[in-house]
Amino acid sequence: MRLTGKVAIITGAGSGIGQASALLFAAEGARVVVVDNAPRGGRETVTQIRRAGGEAIFVETDVSRADAVEKMVRETVETYGGIDILFNNAAVTLPASVVDASEEIWDRTMAIDLKGVFLPSKYAIPHMIAGGGGSIINTASMCGLVASPNQAPYSAAKGGVVALTRQMAIDYAPHGIRVNGIAPSEVRTPMFLGFINRAADPEKKMQELVARIPMGRVAEPEELARVALFLASDESSYITGVTLPVDGGLTAM
Amino acid sequence: MRLEGKVAIVTGAGGGIGKGIVLRLAQEGADVILVDLDQAGAQAVAQEVERTGRRSLVLPTDVSDSTAVGAMVARSLDWGGHIDILVNNAGVELIRPFFEISEGDWDKTIDVNLKGAWLCSQAVAKVMAGAGNGGRIINVGSIMSEMPAPGEPHYAASKGGILMLTKAMALDLAPYDINVNAIGPGVIKNGLSSKGCLSDPESAEKIRAGIPLRRFGKPRDIGNAVVFLSSAEADYVTGVIIYVDGGVILASPWS
Repeated sequence: MRLTGKVAIITGAGSGIGQASALLFAAEGARVVVVDNAPRGGRETVTQIRRAGGEAIFVETDVSRADAVEKMVRETVETYGGIDILFNNAAVTLPASVVDASEEIWDRTMAIDLKGVFLPSKYAIPHMIAGGGGSIINTASMCGLVASPNQAPYSAAKGGVVALTRQMAIDYAPHGIRVNGIAPSEVRTPMFLGFINRAADPEKKMQELVARIPMGRVAEPEELARVALFLASDESSYITGVTLPVDGGLTAM
Repeated sequence: MRLEGKVAIVTGAGGGIGKGIVLRLAQEGADVILVDLDQAGAQAVAQEVERTGRRSLVLPTDVSDSTAVGAMVARSLDWGGHIDILVNNAGVELIRPFFEISEGDWDKTIDVNLKGAWLCSQAVAKVMAGAGNGGRIINVGSIMSEMPAPGEPHYAASKGGILMLTKAMALDLAPYDINVNAIGPGVIKNGLSSKGCLSDPESAEKIRAGIPLRRFGKPRDIGNAVVFLSSAEADYVTGVIIYVDGGVILASPWS
């Protein structure tokens, strides 16, 4: 087991990449704090972890609100005594071009996708420093690396995540905290399937997307979870500040 | 163990980073073919492989010679029955003042570092595609794949070439389920830099202080990244470079 004795906070852990990661991290020996704003998914993740013999708690949290995040971090430390791993994964995607995007869409995307990385990091890092180090993983996106049509707020937020990853890596490397990102393209998550199903012809939309991917398929959430595990574990102890595309070769083009 | 039953070829396996790669692959269950012109070095590493309970084969090969590479790959296939992983790690680094770099320096650097990776990849990918079970190719680039240092434009060009070769091969080989990725080591103790920028203790200390994680890398750090890219964990990862550099490449020139 590669995360024995570690305490991991995972945001957006009620579904998709976050849920797959919570299950995998727990199976690798971590005690997992499942964070989500949706209680149903979050509780389901905890139930699955416990059924498999792992340890986890659910803390319902809006990652865009400082008071809620501070409380979540406090509860983590009170329950498990510290924080070794923080996986900032919660996000929303609200497709829009700049002209079409309402101010509300822009603000909501920035609040969850970018501020939602800033706040958990801000409150967790002092505990990591106190514990002698840690590993932070941020879910960026292909949209943070290359342009994608009608994703203006999301791309801007995810580009911000890539820059914030580098910035936190530089600032906290001397404290033994590593900060890295993963950049998925299309992953079979509820968020992605919702996006597909909103298309006029979902099947055609799916075929179009897959045709662009060199590997010829979308990713499964577990494949992202396994990359996050590598970045969370000590095997990546000399890697910091990178945002690793996990995209079937899409951004290699 | 994450690589049980796999057969891996590692070039430049006789010491330094190559040794770290070979040992980590063996510890995860792979049998390893050690390619190096330094036969004594490769034999010593091979003995350590045998101690982990895995099999090893040493094949002294000039990776820039297509005939030699063809023979090496044929012999590897014969010995292993299949080839699952290729790590293109062989490299030379010839640091010179700009106006003293000879045509021979240029050719040797490009031949070993870039052409060697290409020749081995093409020959091994042919075997992998023929077998139909996919495979993994991992190229050892450098932080110089995108961040040059003084005195080695030929080395920087070869490693920049490695990054683009990695991406290009990832596209061409994706239909065969062959993932192609690169690792970009930073300043690694016992790597090529031991004879280069780390040979003077005073400048070595200055370099160490400038590394965000405040330590030099170890061959094992690179080996860990190779294991990750070789394993099922990286099934959906192709065409990327992972810098294993303690954060060196992040630093803006004025930080």
